Amino acid sequence: MASVVKLLRFAKPYWLRSLLALVLLTLLVVLDLSIPRLIQSLIDHGVLAHDRRLVIRISLLMLGVSALSVFVAVGNNDLSVRVGESVARDLREALFLKIQTFSYGNLDQQKTGQLMVRLTSDTGAVQRLMQITLRIGTRAPLLMVGSLLLMISTSPTLALTMLPLLLLTSGLIVFFLVKQEPMFRFVQQRLDRMNTVLQENVAGIRLVKAFVREPFEEQRFDIANQAYCDQSAKVMRFAAFMPPALTLCVNAGLVAVIWAGGLERARGTLSIGQIVAFTNYLLTTMTPLVMMTMLSNIWASGIASAKRLDEVLSVVPEVSDAKGARTLLVSAAPRLVFENVTFAYDGAVSDAVLKQVSFVADPGQTVAILGATGAGKSTLVKLIPRFYDVTSGRVTLDGVDVRSVTEDSLLAAIGIVPQESLLFSGNVRDNIRYGQPEASEEQVVAAARAAQAHDFVMKMSAGYDSRVEQRGANFSGGQRQRLALARALLLRPKLLILDDSTSAVDVETETLIQNALTAQSEPQTRIVVAQRISTVLRADKILVLDGGRIVAQGNHAELLRSSQVYREIFASQLGSAHLPALLEPGAAL
Amino acid sequence: MSQGRSVSSAPAPANPARPGALQPTHIGKIEKARDPRTALSRLLPYLEPFRSSLRWVLLLVISYTFLGLVGPYLMGVAIDHLLHSGQMAGLARLALGMLAVYVLYNLLQAVAGRQMADISQRALKQLRSDLFTRVQRLPISFFGEGSTGDLLSRLTNDVEAINLAISQNVTTLVASLLSMLGIIVAMFLLDRWLALASLFVVPIMFWFTQFVARYTRKGFRDLQRDLGQLNGVMEEAISGQKTAQAFRRKRAAIEAFQRHNQQVFQAGVYANSYALLLMPITSVLGNLFVIVLAGLGGWLALSGLVSVGIIATFISYAQQFVNPLRQLANLYNSIQSAIAGAERIFAIFDVPAEQDEATLALTELSGAVSFEHVRFGYAADAIVLKDLSFEAKPGQVVALVGPTGAGKTTIINLLTRFYECESGSIRIDGRDIRSIRKPELRKNLGLVLQDVFLFSGSVLENIRYGRLEASDEEVMAAAKLAEADGFIRLLPEGYRTQLSERAGNLSQGQRQLLAIARAILADPAILILDEATSSVDTRTEARIQRALLALMKGRTSFVIAHRLSTIADADQILVIDHGLLAEHGKHAELLAQRGVYHRLYTSQFKGEAI
Repeated sequence: MASVVKLLRFAKPYWLRSLLALVLLTLLVVLDLSIPRLIQSLIDHGVLAHDRRLVIRISLLMLGVSALSVFVAVGNNDLSVRVGESVARDLREALFLKIQTFSYGNLDQQKTGQLMVRLTSDTGAVQRLMQITLRIGTRAPLLMVGSLLLMISTSPTLALTMLPLLLLTSGLIVFFLVKQEPMFRFVQQRLDRMNTVLQENVAGIRLVKAFVREPFEEQRFDIANQAYCDQSAKVMRFAAFMPPALTLCVNAGLVAVIWAGGLERARGTLSIGQIVAFTNYLLTTMTPLVMMTMLSNIWASGIASAKRLDEVLSVVPEVSDAKGARTLLVSAAPRLVFENVTFAYDGAVSDAVLKQVSFVADPGQTVAILGATGAGKSTLVKLIPRFYDVTSGRVTLDGVDVRSVTEDSLLAAIGIVPQESLLFSGNVRDNIRYGQPEASEEQVVAAARAAQAHDFVMKMSAGYDSRVEQRGANFSGGQRQRLALARALLLRPKLLILDDSTSAVDVETETLIQNALTAQSEPQTRIVVAQRISTVLRADKILVLDGGRIVAQGNHAELLRSSQVYREIFASQLGSAHLPALLEPGAAL
Repeated sequence: MSQGRSVSSAPAPANPARPGALQPTHIGKIEKARDPRTALSRLLPYLEPFRSSLRWVLLLVISYTFLGLVGPYLMGVAIDHLLHSGQMAGLARLALGMLAVYVLYNLLQAVAGRQMADISQRALKQLRSDLFTRVQRLPISFFGEGSTGDLLSRLTNDVEAINLAISQNVTTLVASLLSMLGIIVAMFLLDRWLALASLFVVPIMFWFTQFVARYTRKGFRDLQRDLGQLNGVMEEAISGQKTAQAFRRKRAAIEAFQRHNQQVFQAGVYANSYALLLMPITSVLGNLFVIVLAGLGGWLALSGLVSVGIIATFISYAQQFVNPLRQLANLYNSIQSAIAGAERIFAIFDVPAEQDEATLALTELSGAVSFEHVRFGYAADAIVLKDLSFEAKPGQVVALVGPTGAGKTTIINLLTRFYECESGSIRIDGRDIRSIRKPELRKNLGLVLQDVFLFSGSVLENIRYGRLEASDEEVMAAAKLAEADGFIRLLPEGYRTQLSERAGNLSQGQRQLLAIARAILADPAILILDEATSSVDTRTEARIQRALLALMKGRTSFVIAHRLSTIADADQILVIDHGLLAEHGKHAELLAQRGVYHRLYTSQFKGEAI
């Protein structure tokens, strides 16, 4: 229930409308209840008393009541629909905004498929809860209480026999509600799983097709599908007992009325009209009881989903602006310093990916990072824009710890080309100016030229207006990388991070890119992760990373002399034939 | 992500006016108004396998509906009995009879409900299964055009719409119709005039439902569509969030989301305002029904035409008559929303599946591959391969070299028949690949792709994807060959470590090593490495190289790489430029030619004074 209470704040902006909806609903119930009462007096005072005028009067009165309830019903309908949809909209938005605050660490733990279920199916369940509550939430209990009151006023003794029955039905409703809630939670979990399988299949369709794994995937989906089906059927089978159980209670009541009423009638303490009215009240209770079963279903699934939403809403972002975070001001190329940086993805120093890393990149320098697969190169650069926070040590820009500045100002100074160059659906131009939507055509073209993307873009039939499919699927790996590079270059960042971002670009093109970068007029500090020696040859400083530690640093010539690891890397790319000559004194540079 | 999407979605109403000439298979375009009966009639076969269970349910429903009529009848008799005789003995028998009828009534209802829960969930499972299978059979080109999120929405939101309709009970529909019919008959038997008078509610009801349905149908169609679009926006935003964050574009992502969210809100208000109106209005109409009966009945009773007991029975019937009407109205709405959902699901069914008329099965491949005058473009005005011919002899290692975007990956796409060439032909062992069944063809091609995709599951399972029946030992042996064993053992749970979609715990290079292990395990006749080691450091690569060389031995291999050191030992190097074969030959020969290849090779150190 706690999570439902928490979620109630989403209804807060609409409390007036909700209240009004409930008031209208109550009015509607009162109007509904007045009908059997009027019918009773029509029979007792009209028909049995042979009062023709009274019969007409009461009939007209009832028609009036009916007409009034139309307006009330329409009003309640409008309000409840609006409140329900508004709450759903706000909830989706809150959830989406929350997910947007997730840092890389949070995102690593989430599956898109699962988050999508929460954004759609779970918000839907909460929306239904809101809407139905406002539509029939008070109706059912009010009708029941109202019927009870009227029954008491009709015949206290008869009403008394109904009391245990009402208690029984209330108990039943609570029982079903409590039992169903965890069942619905399981249903949603199964839905998560099923959605994830589907999502992965769509995202990895090429792999599935290439390995002819359709039958295997169908089997995988079938398992998830079956689990979901079984759980849904379980809830529904259970729920199927509820309406009969409740109606049976009312029906038993009817029998009791006829029996007990008959006894009283025999004693002459009850009129026939009263018995008819009584049965009428009971039947009036029946309708809301059927509604009640619906309500209980919807509440159970709404509460289950509310808990799941609350899970996401209460995630604490691993990285967020510190209290009193300052705005980072970087006017020129900054000086980047790593001081004794240790980092572990799970925070446990024993599994550290980076260990005691220290280095300096002076303003305007290009620092390259080289190392074996899994050495921690990408991890290292991800600490600069605070995609992750260091476990110990610190990273500074111009002497300022990156953790003490606002995320926005930090990212404004940094341009990053990630390893996986992700493009968004849209067109080429919009993808390039992604980081700065107001960029002019000249800026876009200049960035594309520098990234050596202009030529191939112009070869496409629509040029910069050419369509980009989701994830950039209609571009080759090298083209995607160059568009991603153009996207970063457009920002003219003071600090540029290239995370192995030209791996799929041929060497010739890469050289052109490097030339373009060096030709830039504004100074820029650059951190370049690379595999190829050719990429790092011209760097001011090369860091050789091995097992999370910097094992050597210096420029190309220095490292050739001093670092065995670097020589091995060099030899692996150019063959050892080149090495001896290079090692002769005076040959380098 | 705000860009193209907003442009395509803002003038939504204009879309149908522009028949999908540009993107014939774009899912967004399929949403035209359809005959609701088609969608329904396509849903019905899903109930077919449960024919006998359904018959059983129908029997139950008929039985309990009948019992539902007997109850009030007995009550009327009881009241008249009370009025006239006041004898308790007869009353006891009547009361007991009523009780028995009611117990049986509810019991049968529960059994029918249970049965229906099973039937409906199993039918829906089949529908989801079919949808999934359909999605898998779609051609690769489809996936670039549609959005993943919209596709997901069909499996969840749209199937859920159908579920809500069914779980509100198909039994309700039958029971409601039956009990209405029964009540009408019973009323006519009791008193013809009263019955006739009460029937006037029915046409009002139908007219009103029809009136509302006109709006709800359109409303739900729009709602499901907007929901699909919102899903697309959300999915792209979440899967691309890391990039959005790096570029401070969260706000734009949020704005795009808000716009679509607002659209869903409006569509939701529209659809539901009409749809949900039915229920309260039917209640009011029901009351009206009761009122008319009471008034008229009172009048008739005054004239001595009917007994008071009959009026009581009539009012009781009226109450019961209103319930099914109300439920029908409600159901009618859910059906509207289910139809809207079904239409979207069947729209996917209607996208032509990947074509494959080939019948040929492959046995014992020697692995000779030839391209003969192959011409291909992804769009008619953007030809990627103009006229490509080459031949790879069995067991040869063929390197594909050329500037980015020259068409190297396209060659792979054609060889795997992800796409079909426009003219010319591709042959394996002399047979046109169009005559070979796709699964057979692909089984023989071991593909290591540039973008490594890992499924959520353990490392073991991800490698085993290459050959499902492989033992744990075989998987580990493959991982060792791919130089992946070392880092896998350092993972928290070794081979049992669960990988996530974003696999934050693995570097790009490590993922590539897993993909190579996967291909090694698959043991294909023809091996294709598309930038398979681009993110692997060169020393590791040199070590894998040995494994790859062993792997390539005896099988035809295609290697795409930008690191020329990787391909210097190839039997044949094909230099692709501008969609044509510019040069081909061995490393030394090509260097001696001093052409394109020479330029590419030497540029590795161009400008450096080594």
